Amino acid sequence: MDIKIQAKHLNLFYGTKHALKDVDLDIKKNAITAFIGPSGCGKSTFLKTLNRMNDYVKNVKITGEVTLDKENIYDSRVDTTILRKKVGMVFQQPNPFPMSIYDNVAYGPRIHGIKNKKQLDDIVERSLKAAALYDEVADRLHTSALGLSGGQQQRLCIARCLAVEPEVILLDEPTSALDPISTLKIEELLMELKQKYTIAIVTHNMQQASRIADYTAFFLVGEMVEYGKTNDVFSMPKDKRTEDYITGRFG
Amino acid sequence: MENSLFNKKSRISDKILNILIQFSTLISVSLLVVIIGYICIRGIPCFRFDYLINTTSILKNTVGILPNIINTIYIILLTLIIAGPIGIGGAIYLNEYATNKKIVEIISFTTEVLAGIPSIIYGLFGMLFFGNLFNLSYSILTGALTLSIMVLPIISRNTQVALEAVPKSYREAALGIGATKWYMIRTVLLPSAIPGVLTGVILAMGRIVAESAALLFTAGSVSALPINIFSHIFSSGGTLTIQLYLEMAKAHYEVAFVIALVLIIIVLALNFIAKWISQKFDVNKVG
Ligand SMILES: Nc1ncnc2c1ncn2[C@@H]1O[C@H](COP(=O)(O)OP(=O)(O)OP(=O)(O)O)[C@@H](O)[C@H]1O
Ligand SMILES: [Mg+2]
Repeated sequence: MDIKIQAKHLNLFYGTKHALKDVDLDIKKNAITAFIGPSGCGKSTFLKTLNRMNDYVKNVKITGEVTLDKENIYDSRVDTTILRKKVGMVFQQPNPFPMSIYDNVAYGPRIHGIKNKKQLDDIVERSLKAAALYDEVADRLHTSALGLSGGQQQRLCIARCLAVEPEVILLDEPTSALDPISTLKIEELLMELKQKYTIAIVTHNMQQASRIADYTAFFLVGEMVEYGKTNDVFSMPKDKRTEDYITGRFG
Repeated sequence: MENSLFNKKSRISDKILNILIQFSTLISVSLLVVIIGYICIRGIPCFRFDYLINTTSILKNTVGILPNIINTIYIILLTLIIAGPIGIGGAIYLNEYATNKKIVEIISFTTEVLAGIPSIIYGLFGMLFFGNLFNLSYSILTGALTLSIMVLPIISRNTQVALEAVPKSYREAALGIGATKWYMIRTVLLPSAIPGVLTGVILAMGRIVAESAALLFTAGSVSALPINIFSHIFSSGGTLTIQLYLEMAKAHYEVAFVIALVLIIIVLALNFIAKWISQKFDVNKVG
């Protein structure tokens, strides 16, 4: 399968703290790749290097390379607006803007210059449908998004992300703040979305990784210890540390 | 009773504290009521609508505060036109763009000190700096420039606090979808911060309406109707508070209480508007 994103010898320092150590990892197109590992091992950090959200952290130093379709995203000529249109992000806490549901979804398209009302209407409807939220909110598109439940808010954030027609979606523990039913809905949604998109997800929930991910990478204190097909990683891990982690002997 | 569920001690101290709080609430509320009540009792009987539409003139034998009302409006608007953009823009810069935290801290500290300086000192500075050095002499513009320096900290401080209160997750969401920093500030930060920003602006208006010491030697005390809407800013003009001071000095208590009444109404109105605006524009409220 095609490689969408490739990290090569990626190192990241927060000041003097070495948070990512020489990570090499290929993210495959139209698949779900999960990142697992104990708290503080660098999963979120790694995810953020993939659309340069680390640019806003003070004293960050990055060496190595991340390529998206063979282009280095850390090249100085890269326009982060275009990069983030292609590589969208959904965060751990649902974070809709304090605007109407409609304006939340239209936010991204508007940044990228779409002003036509009819066109925006179409995008909003399509994105909400793709995020399996449309039926629940169709009659209140113009009310505040803050009135939605946590699970609905998170699906709204996914819709907001889909509205700019990204190629890659990064999700950082998107279901950790949600109840089991909302979680299931989002998992089903991701399984469907991978036909069109490339998905990378951080999760603390190993069942979740084994349920939905095609590939899984295990991180430990900044190192990428093991990476492979999810089945292989879970059923016959090559590294002792992976085995210990997935069998719950530490973590 | 060692094992009793009721902790008697803390319940008693809670009760005492409660009574004390209610007592101090009572005192502050009744003070407000007494002051406003007194001014109403003294002001309303003397109040004549003529006062609001006339100029004080010995020739025509009329008494009125229309020029002072107009001057007050001039000073408020001019000061806000000058201090608003600078205060809000400065706060945005300090909070969102400035990278040297040390300098930001120094500026914030200076701003706070600035807010504590007695207003007569602003008056002295304004008179010498704007009035003499820039040759604006006694004029509404001199007064407005002086008050701008005085209310700048109120506006910028409130804006900064409002910006700081915007959740980090909104910023991440906006930047993460490709917004530039300025687009994010415009579409997400500022709308969220509007109630706080407006509160600052309205507090500043209150301060401007109430000010006398800083205006006496800058805007002066002339009570004349504007001849030209624009050039009026270059002529001396006394506000309501200045006129109140002058009337008291001349022991004209009737007019003084009428002016006090008008001032109180303006201040109360500003406060209600502030409340209403910050609720109306609160984007974080649902529904
Ligand atoms: N802005 C920052 N400045 C300094 N150190 C940071 C910063 N962000 C993260 N770190 C450190 O980098 C390491 C990796 O953090 P990261 O957030 O990537 O972990 P994580 O695997 O996502 O953990 P969790 O599962 O708890 O979310 C941690 O030791 C963390 O303390
Ligand atoms: Mg994390």
